Amino acid sequence: MSKLLISPSPHVHSVHSTSTLMRDVLIALCPAVLVSIILYGLPFVLILAVSIGASALTEYLIERHILGRKSTVSDFSAAVTGCLLALNLPPCAPWWIAVVGSVFAIGVVKMTFGGLGQNIFNPAIAARVFLLVSFPVIMTDWAVPDAFSGATPLGAIAEGGAAPTLGFKELLLYKVGGSAGEASALALLAGFIYLLVRRVITATIPVTILGTVAVFSGIMHLVNPELFTGPLFNIFNGGLLLGAIFMATDYVTSPMTVKGQIIFGVGIGLITMLIRYFGAYPEGVSFAILIMNCTVPLINKYCKPRRFGEVRK
Amino acid sequence: MESNFKNMTVVLGTICLVCSLLLGSVYAVTKAPIDQAGVAKVNEAISQVVPAFDNVPSDEIIKIDGSEVYEAKQAGKTVGYAIKVAAAGFGGQIQMMVGFLPDGTIYNTSVISHSETPGLGAKIAGSEGQEAPPRAQIVGKNPRTTKIAVKKDGGDIDAITASTITSRAFLKGVETAYEVFLKIKSDEQEQ
Amino acid sequence: MSRNNKLQIILDGIVRNNPTFVLVLGMCPTLGTTTSAINGMSMGLATMCVLLLSNIVISAVSRFIPDKVRIPCYIVVIASFVTIVQLLLQAFVPSVYEALGIFLPLIVVNCIILGRAEAFANKNGVCDSACDGIGVGIGFTIALTAIGLVREILGAGSVFGFKFIPGDGALAFILAPGAFIVLAYLMVIFRKLTSDKA
Repeated sequence: MSKLLISPSPHVHSVHSTSTLMRDVLIALCPAVLVSIILYGLPFVLILAVSIGASALTEYLIERHILGRKSTVSDFSAAVTGCLLALNLPPCAPWWIAVVGSVFAIGVVKMTFGGLGQNIFNPAIAARVFLLVSFPVIMTDWAVPDAFSGATPLGAIAEGGAAPTLGFKELLLYKVGGSAGEASALALLAGFIYLLVRRVITATIPVTILGTVAVFSGIMHLVNPELFTGPLFNIFNGGLLLGAIFMATDYVTSPMTVKGQIIFGVGIGLITMLIRYFGAYPEGVSFAILIMNCTVPLINKYCKPRRFGEVRK
Repeated sequence: MESNFKNMTVVLGTICLVCSLLLGSVYAVTKAPIDQAGVAKVNEAISQVVPAFDNVPSDEIIKIDGSEVYEAKQAGKTVGYAIKVAAAGFGGQIQMMVGFLPDGTIYNTSVISHSETPGLGAKIAGSEGQEAPPRAQIVGKNPRTTKIAVKKDGGDIDAITASTITSRAFLKGVETAYEVFLKIKSDEQEQ
Repeated sequence: MSRNNKLQIILDGIVRNNPTFVLVLGMCPTLGTTTSAINGMSMGLATMCVLLLSNIVISAVSRFIPDKVRIPCYIVVIASFVTIVQLLLQAFVPSVYEALGIFLPLIVVNCIILGRAEAFANKNGVCDSACDGIGVGIGFTIALTAIGLVREILGAGSVFGFKFIPGDGALAFILAPGAFIVLAYLMVIFRKLTSDKA
């Protein structure tokens, strides 16, 4: 193996290291995690612990025993994946679901492609989709002991029912039902602001996703309010905020340039809404992110910044 | 061999001729077993949904509104009707057979083909003894007295967990079959 | 032509020229029919029959076929054998016929068969071509059975139809994505195991 690595530009040098970035993401996830722990209690704590533990253990075992190289568990990236996965699961899912999801996320999605920085798909979102397709009954069972049972607002619409009327306060502060991390829009937004302040992410991708969803659902809602739900409902329901803020912004699996990020965000927003309105599944954020993940190498290729001194053709 | 027009025509022609002769003879040999297998399959499906019979129902197809109706008879007396209908499911058409006793009670159902989601809607085709709730629960019910619809729609039948659309489609198919059944009954009374 | 040579041709078809794991040919039926071990094996065997027959016939008559019409001739021969296999299955093993569905007639356009006709049968004798057909056929069958077996174990919790865990497995393995994932991992393992010998 050659020691010289050749990689495409931009070669950015910054004070951030992988572990400080990942630590910031974990801190940003704290409000959402806390809300879910308060709402769902012990079952969710178990899911969270199992996800993080299994992700870190899988990464350690594969790196040490199959790849035979130094373990990178201490950079927290496996912990972030485990934490995001837990937030993407039904809060009272059985613990082995978290194990299967973690092994798939780290073992198949991340390590098969060469580990951190090489993966095409966001591990947490790919694992969620894998689990959703594999165990559809468990993954759509939002029942929480003596609190709530039934379809999520998006689920009710997919089955042909009417949109439940949810107060704005309920949407923003907290609501029960759905994945663990969907509970509180406010907690997710707090994490978003922290990430922006710490300059871990830029606002481009989340804002384009939410903007696209708002514009598209706004137009459709104006055309036929009975058939299509409106922008507020679509932004604050389901996993859109969680996906847009924490998973679409993954460095490895999103485009490098601003122009590319806008294409990426618009794509996710459009696909999400197409799946919600016309697709078989009630929620489409995870599929949308996964589909747009595939296009990132292509987007990067066509949105290269102009070289210094290069003449526009 | 040289690729001139005569050679090419002769060789390709000969190969085609030999192949078609071969195909023709295999077709002739397999035609009878294939037909038999098809008939056996239809009668097998019929026997699952109506009480024991001794005629060959597939010989007596009645077509009503595009649905095939098979009459099952024991010693010349009608013991049930098997009605083949299609319903629009989640992933495409669900081909199904619904069996009624002469008084309109549902005797049994069977799903012939479907393209529902594995693990969810596909449970509708569960084999004997593991029928999904909608299929198990309508056995012995008479659509005249029982509302054939899922509980969510105000009916009396449980849906398959997380597969309301498939369950709905299935029950819609049962309803269609019942309408066909009523038509047969009224036709019989006119005669 | 020694006996060893024939054995070598068969072995080559299974290992060095394995159609699925090395040549990466015939991916459409590989991904489409391997939802269970038994389906994968049926598809492999059906393909092997067609491959064997077409290799024999094509190697026997290739001397008389003008070069410019050789592909149409091969296609006619292959299509006839596929239809024969299809009719026989439909008549005598209808359950297999239904499980394989559209992939059975599609054997006609399986590039393994045309590929072997073009790359091997029209240059070699009848005996060698038959051995090649058997070898590649066995290689294809083993690959499809292995993929089907893994997908069935993970996706349905059963082996050749015998359930060993109650309930469903991870359904993704029965669906299309599982086919790609399992194929990729088995390909890695196969190449790792055979790389020392090559």
